[in-house]
Amino acid sequence: MRLKKKDLLGISELDPDEIRLIIDTARNFKEVSEREIKKVPTLRGRTVINLFYEPSTRTRTSFEIAAKRMSADAINISISQSSVSKGETLKDTAKNLEAMRPDCIVVRHPVAGTPHMLSRHLNCSVINAGDGMREHPSQALLDLLTIMEHKEEVSGLKVTIVGDIAHSRVARSNIYALTKLGAEVTLSGPPTMIPPGIEALGSGGAVTVEYDFNKAINGADVIMMLRLQLERQGAPLFPTAREYSNLYGLSSERLKGAKDDLLILHPGPINRGVEITPDVADGPYSLIIDQVTNGVAVRMALFYLLLGSSRDDRAEGNTSEEDG
Amino acid sequence: MIVLDERAIARALTRIAHEILEKNTGSRDLVLLGIPTRGNALAQRLGAKIASIEGEEVLTGSVDATLYRDDIGLTGDNPPLKEMDIQFSIDGKIVVLVDDVLFTGRTIRAAMNALMDFGRPAAIQLAVLIDRGHRELPIRPDYVGKNLPTAPNEGVRVRLEEMDGVTSVILIDKTSEKK
Repeated sequence: MRLKKKDLLGISELDPDEIRLIIDTARNFKEVSEREIKKVPTLRGRTVINLFYEPSTRTRTSFEIAAKRMSADAINISISQSSVSKGETLKDTAKNLEAMRPDCIVVRHPVAGTPHMLSRHLNCSVINAGDGMREHPSQALLDLLTIMEHKEEVSGLKVTIVGDIAHSRVARSNIYALTKLGAEVTLSGPPTMIPPGIEALGSGGAVTVEYDFNKAINGADVIMMLRLQLERQGAPLFPTAREYSNLYGLSSERLKGAKDDLLILHPGPINRGVEITPDVADGPYSLIIDQVTNGVAVRMALFYLLLGSSRDDRAEGNTSEEDG
Repeated sequence: MIVLDERAIARALTRIAHEILEKNTGSRDLVLLGIPTRGNALAQRLGAKIASIEGEEVLTGSVDATLYRDDIGLTGDNPPLKEMDIQFSIDGKIVVLVDDVLFTGRTIRAAMNALMDFGRPAAIQLAVLIDRGHRELPIRPDYVGKNLPTAPNEGVRVRLEEMDGVTSVILIDKTSEKK
């Protein structure tokens, strides 16, 4: 059992079995974080570099904690204190970092495809922690783990993703992940925030667009709210936050006809009172905090699967059960 | 070739249950931890036998040694994680590790390291259904169902009702099994 890749660049390049392997592995890793001694020696002596060209609290901390719970050494580099501010190119930065022999570089960058570029130039593993508006694979995997803890089967689930789809790498990774496992995905939000042709990202399950928010969430099994990414917008795509909230904010009022077993997800950080009201964010359907817990388990699983097997196949099949 | 049938396995486990109780003068502070997957089933069976002899339930659980293996990163595969289930403190307990086949001893080493992360047992003992020899570490079982000297090309397959539908131990020739 293994991932047949050295990198995790996006969900788009995973097949459904690989997605399931990561989720199943992550399920088992949850237990480690519940122990008093939250550390296993598995990746002792490996080095993970978190290279973040965009601000992040949750994702960076989550990768760092995951690496440390696996006994790997984690080093964080954020651009403000690095040589990038002295004019070094990304490729030079990466080459220099690799000269210090890390086993994995976790990278977040505002330009789509940056992890791919690094992957071509580096021998170590590369994990995409968000590249521009393209993908954020570990987020989609933790969302999937959170859903699968509550739903037996992803296939056939009605999942509605709401908000600024155009700027959202979380939405793209989730569309790939959910449809690969057979879910039906509905996208909703103001027309200015939904790129034409987005339906084509779906494979396996169907992707549809429904601008009417009430119709879009009617009968949904999962509602995934996205953060309004004000920092990524040039010209505003809607008049005011208040208008957005009135039209596309998730409130308890709108959830009156919801299914009893509805799940509400949000990748965080949440804008309370904008895309989601506080009572819904903290309410019974909300799994927002579970998502954060699951994020650590998913990232531990990724490190295990990417760094915990040799690249050559010399010792293939050396894991039979009786050997003990 | 069948080495142990259902009744022989039951008899061996009954004997081991008595040996555990004799050595530890009863079931007080006793904890049985199986090594997945078949060690779990054996730990449950031993637990039931000890309970019926002593009239008191014994704590049982599962200790997965995967994350403590010494060959992580050396094999082409990622060994799949299994069940880790220790819902009680093992501080001061007598922990009996239970596995189906004892071979190199490496899994037991890994399991003992895992236990150390959960607490400080008063003692760790080892019960196995089959000891097939070929130890690579200085590890010795305290309770053995059957000593079964094997050649390196032979394999031992333990099948238990709980997961395999049948209960037996068979000796196979690995060279002829590989296609």
